[in-house]
Amino acid sequence: MNRSQMDVTKLKFPVGKQDFISGPEKAKITLVEYGDYQCPYCGQAYPIVKKIQEKLGDDLRFVFRNFPLAEMHPYAMNAAEASLSAGDQGKFWQMHDSLYEHQNALDDKYLVRYAEELGLDTSKFKNDLRNQKYSSRIEEDFLSGVRSGVNGTPTFFINGIRHDGSFEFEPFLMTLKKIL
Amino acid sequence: MLEQGTIAPDFTLRSTPDQMVSLKQFLGRPVILAFYPADWSPVCGDEMSLFNHVIKEFQKFDAQLIGISVDGIWSHLAFIKDRKLQFPLLSDFEPKGAVSKLYDVYRETDGESERALFVIDKKGVIRWSYLSPVGINPGANGILDALESLDSKGDES
Repeated sequence: MNRSQMDVTKLKFPVGKQDFISGPEKAKITLVEYGDYQCPYCGQAYPIVKKIQEKLGDDLRFVFRNFPLAEMHPYAMNAAEASLSAGDQGKFWQMHDSLYEHQNALDDKYLVRYAEELGLDTSKFKNDLRNQKYSSRIEEDFLSGVRSGVNGTPTFFINGIRHDGSFEFEPFLMTLKKIL
Repeated sequence: MLEQGTIAPDFTLRSTPDQMVSLKQFLGRPVILAFYPADWSPVCGDEMSLFNHVIKEFQKFDAQLIGISVDGIWSHLAFIKDRKLQFPLLSDFEPKGAVSKLYDVYRETDGESERALFVIDKKGVIRWSYLSPVGINPGANGILDALESLDSKGDES
């Protein structure tokens, strides 16, 4: 019998032009998160990632891919749509932050409010939501995650290897710093 | 854990208070057997919920997904309802763990099944198996790779 602890699970879809990336292209560490805007554990991870971004500065680039567990989280899909629609108007990360900072208020009327606050073209934004304009894009993210071994949310990949350890601030930062 | 190339031992287990499910009734289709320790693990996207979200991908291969743990049928029914699972959970409850033992994925110390996956081809042969550390949800990538390789080997019969 072959117990598989030693296996590493690898990100099969490299970070590329289609991704939303925060941080320099030449950063030594690429951290990819597969997340769901309604998942409370992703909500816990959100401020931790922010702190880690501050600590590591230009050594880190952070990538967020959508992995909405729609059966469990009824607002997750539209929240993902909202982030991508905002992304089309150049405000992906601002919307990402608004969503995680208001995880208890993710139904459509709130999404539109966040769009207004960010100064987006809200008629376009509403149209995008209504038409689920980014559903195939979200599906692609989801499947890329599934094929890479995403096993719940959030799942992190550090330089392409699935991180099975803690994402509490201290141990997470330690793991990342070891790479530098 | 039973290895690749072994004929998957048949079994019959309860899926609801008045329904039994046998492995052999799925001959002609690939089957994914997912043994897991217990219902109600306290995380989002626990293994069974994750598989539930990936079930469309399994269906592209006409594969049947079956979950198995030693939980009783009433626990399974409540778990299925809560997580809106679209596949059967079988109860390896009496005699406890008998099927898990048959597949050599029973942990005596905890009295629970291992976290173990088997992909069985349409002829009933185990074509892939994976034993995950019990605390780590294995994800669905291995299953999909295995189903794909069944297809590419032209598993016609």
